[in-house]
Order: sequence, then C-alpha cells, then structure tokens
Amino acid sequence: MTNYLKLVVLGVIAVFAAVGANYARDLAYMVNALTIMLVAGGMFLWTLRRTDEPVPAVNQNEYMDGVVRAGVIATALWGVVGFLVGVIIAFQLAFPVLNFEWAEGYLNFGRLRPLHTSAVIFAFGGNALICTSFYVVQRTSAARLWGGNLAWFVFWGYQLVIVLAATGYLLGATQSKEYAEPEWYVDWWLTIVWLAYLAVFLGTVIKRKEPHIYVANWFYLSFIVTVAMLHVFNNLSIPVSIWGSKSVQVFSGVQDAMTQWWYGHNAVGFFLTAGFLGMMYYFIPKQAERPVYSYKLSIIHFWALIFIYIWAGPHHLHYTALPDWASTLGMVFSVILWMPSWGGMINGLMTLSGAWDKLRTDPVIRMMVIAVGFYGMSTFEGPMMSIRAVNSLSHYTDWTIGHVHSGALGWNGMITFGALYYLVPKLWKRERLYSLSMVSWHFWLATIGIVLYAASMWVTGIMEGLMWREVDANGFLVNSFADTVAAKFPMYVVRGLGGVMFITGAIIMCINLYLTVKRQPAIESNTDLVPAE
Amino acid sequence: MELYSLLREFADSWMLLALFTFFIGVIVWVFRPGSRSTYEDTASIPFRHEQAPAKAGANAAKEA
Repeated sequence: MTNYLKLVVLGVIAVFAAVGANYARDLAYMVNALTIMLVAGGMFLWTLRRTDEPVPAVNQNEYMDGVVRAGVIATALWGVVGFLVGVIIAFQLAFPVLNFEWAEGYLNFGRLRPLHTSAVIFAFGGNALICTSFYVVQRTSAARLWGGNLAWFVFWGYQLVIVLAATGYLLGATQSKEYAEPEWYVDWWLTIVWLAYLAVFLGTVIKRKEPHIYVANWFYLSFIVTVAMLHVFNNLSIPVSIWGSKSVQVFSGVQDAMTQWWYGHNAVGFFLTAGFLGMMYYFIPKQAERPVYSYKLSIIHFWALIFIYIWAGPHHLHYTALPDWASTLGMVFSVILWMPSWGGMINGLMTLSGAWDKLRTDPVIRMMVIAVGFYGMSTFEGPMMSIRAVNSLSHYTDWTIGHVHSGALGWNGMITFGALYYLVPKLWKRERLYSLSMVSWHFWLATIGIVLYAASMWVTGIMEGLMWREVDANGFLVNSFADTVAAKFPMYVVRGLGGVMFITGAIIMCINLYLTVKRQPAIESNTDLVPAE
Repeated sequence: MELYSLLREFADSWMLLALFTFFIGVIVWVFRPGSRSTYEDTASIPFRHEQAPAKAGANAAKEA
C-alpha cells in the first residue's frame, strides 16, 4: 500500500520537475530540475518493479550496516573530489592562466571555490558524520537503527543535496552566503533530509538497550539539532519565482551579516567540531582498546563546549557595522572556548595513557592522535586570532585560510581517515587492512602536506597583513594591492604542493581500502573481530 | 519598553543567571558521590554489543 503512495508522490515530483525545467528562468534551475526529474522518474520505475513483490524479512537482531558501508564509500570518493578541486583552485591562485578563457563563468576560481568548500565540508565531512553516527549510535545503544529504510532515505537524499548544490554553483546559483551557498529549493530539501536524519538518530537513542547515552551520542545529537536550527535561520529567504533559483534574504544589512556568522562559526563549532568529537570519543577508545581517559571530563567538555561555542560568531565581524559590544562578546567567548577545547584534546590524548607503545606499532592510532594534536593547535590559534588586535592583522589575509586548513585537513581529515581505516575491516568483515605501510605512507604524506600548507599560509598571511598596513614617514601607504599579490607567489606554489601531497595520501587510502575489501580473506562469521593491527 | 531592550535586559540578567546555574549544576552533578562507578560502566559501553544488538528483554546493565 505504501508503495502506491510512493508512486503517486514520485510521479507528481517528476512531472512537476519537468514543468519546472520547461519554465526555468535560469540555466542552474533548469539543470537542477532535470536532475530531480531523472531521479524521481528512476525511483518511480524502481518502486514500480518492486510493488506487490514479496518483501524480504529484516533480521532485527543484527545491525543495519549497509547504509554505513555506502556512507564509507561516499566519504572516500567525495573526499578525493573535494581535495582535487582544492588543489586546482590553489594552482589557479598561483597561476591565474589556469582560469581558462573557454571555461570562464563555469570553472574559474569564483565558481570552483564554493564547490571545493562544500565538497570537503558537506560532502566529505557530512557523509563521514552521517555514516559514523549511524555506526556508533547502533553499537553504543545496542539497538538496530530506528525507522527501517529511512536511513537509506537520509543517505541518498543527502547525496542529492550535494549534486544539486554542486551543479548549481558551477552554473551560477548561489545566495552568496559563505558555507550556505545553495539556493532556496536545495535548502528546503536539505531541511527535510536533516529532519529525517534527526528522527533516525533520536529514534535509535530512544529505543536503546543501554541505560546510559554514551558521550559520543551526546556530541552527535548536539551537532544534528544545532545544524538544523542554524540552517533554517540562516536560509530564511523568499524565492523570486518558483521557476527560478534566485531568492531574496529576509534579513538585511548587519542583521544578515550577524546571522550569517552566527551560522558560519557554529557550522565550524557543531558540524566540524561537535560531530567529529563524537567520532573521537568512539573511535579512539576502540582503536586504543581502552575506555576514554575521564568520563567526567567528557561531560564537562560537552556542556562547556556547547554553552560557549554558540556565542563565538561575532569575532568574524570585528571592525564592521556590528556594535562593539557584540564583537567584544564574541571575542571573549572565543577566548574562553580555548579551555573546553583543550579539555577535550587532553581527554582524547590521555586515553592512550598506558598504551603509548601503540603509537609505534599502529599507524591508524597515530593518525587519530595527530588529528587530536591538530585540533589542539587550531583551537589555540583560533581564540588568538579572534582577539581584536590580532584580528586587525590577520583578517582578510591568508592566515585565516591557513587556520581553517590546519583544522579541516589536520583535525577533520585525519580523524575521518582514522575512522575509515577502523571501519572498513569491521564493516566488510575482513581480518585486517590490506597494508599498514600504505597507511604509514598516507600518514606522512598528509602530515607533511598540512605542514607545508599551514606554514606557507602563516608566512604569506602575516606578510600580507603587514604590507597592507605599512605606511611611510608621510603617512602614505607603501604597497599597492598588486604588490602584495606578487609577493605571495612562492608561498602559493608551496601551498599547492602541500595539497598535492595531501590528495596523494588520500588516493593511497582509497586503494588500500579497496584492496582490503577485495584481497583480504573474510573472517568466519560469529567469531570475535580482531582489531586491525 | 521596546521589545529589543526588554529582551536585552532579560538576557543580561535572569537568562544569564539560569544558564550559569545550570552549568555549575552540571559540574557539581558530575562530581557527586558514587558517580565513579556509574561513569566507569558508561565509559565501557563501546566495548559491549560490538557484533549484534542486545537481545530483547536482556538487561544490558547487568553485565560489565
């Protein structure tokens, strides 16, 4: 019966999308409408062929891991795509000739840059968060995912968001809000998918068999709830036409800017920090084979982090139309935030106390530990840069980009790689990873790549900031803007090479994980899994 | 009083006090007597039920 309902809905969507493509006011909308039409039409046929067929029984006594496996594959693939676009735009900055004449308006830096940020944050990071949260919430709740195939809806719905957003960026659909570029219909669809994600996660937590909710789930849940709130408020906009991608923001002026950076900084705080801390609190204890160093500290870490992070956004708007009290508030909370961040870092690192020898023998745990190390480093750098006096030097320079990447590549990237290395042998029931020396190669390539990236951005950022403010004895500015651009060239090349090293490591990881599934012998069912070491 | 000033005054006073009290309360609660054994049990959750969900009716709290 539900299948008939699905067929009606899918049919209506496909027809509506076809009408939309016909009346489309801009190219991005037309391409997105055609994509939706094809997806809805394909799903219509797929559902039709399965209607009134016997449904295979689902074993409620096993975990739902198919969707986690799909998420692992999506994470690895989107990761490589996102890193590749990043390397391309890094070299476009160093060598402007790479903004090809024939691709102007599609593949120039301005179009590719949001593609890169969204691909790494939302496609790579988002898939990593969704699939690890589904894995972790089942194991720590001792319950199968709630909602049956709703988890698959979340997975495929999220991939559709990514495809619609990515094609839209290249064709010019953007609402010009950093990290929230997708236009209104993509925002609406993401809201639906995200509420389904919340339902699956919360439903599993509610039907848990463990009396307590493990701390990783607290972090994942705060990430899901907060991102829903941020997304809705920052994307309050009115479409100009239902047949076009353009929309107009409800907020304007400084209110709009404040809402944007309230969103933007909490995207960092809850998407890239709280969610990934959930990963840290599960995968580091599992890989180290010992419980988290201090569970009490983890609770204080959680409440301190979420109480403080939400206020830090105004530090993006120093020396703007934002009132001074608001930017001071943001600055003070950013500095206080240093403490819970380092509390969490210490908790992650000290989990290894008594097992430090594993750092020598297990490259996977080495990866997780350096991720926490980079977390500590960038959560020290961030509060420092939020101080108004420092910000007057660092803001609008490449220092900011270096800071973001030491956090994103070092913390988010490395902890995700560690989780993938942990997950693949477990999910495909393999005895061990294909090659530990390939993991070591990945580790060193990625680490040296990040060091090259961050170091070159520090040099070029501080140089740029100093050049902008340099005045001669008569009070005239010494450097023109083009002088600073020319001076940055060597550092831009070094940054690009760092990116090449990082993506090489990621490709090695993909090969290693593929061969783990293909070449490693499967372990007998019903035996205990041995850790991959 | 206009809405902005009203909210501003409320946020500066009672709401701030409420949030701060909640936060201090969490810290006090974490260090309550007898919390150590509870948290040791909770911290070992990842090391149970690796392969399959808990059987229906089984009380997972008993083990460990």
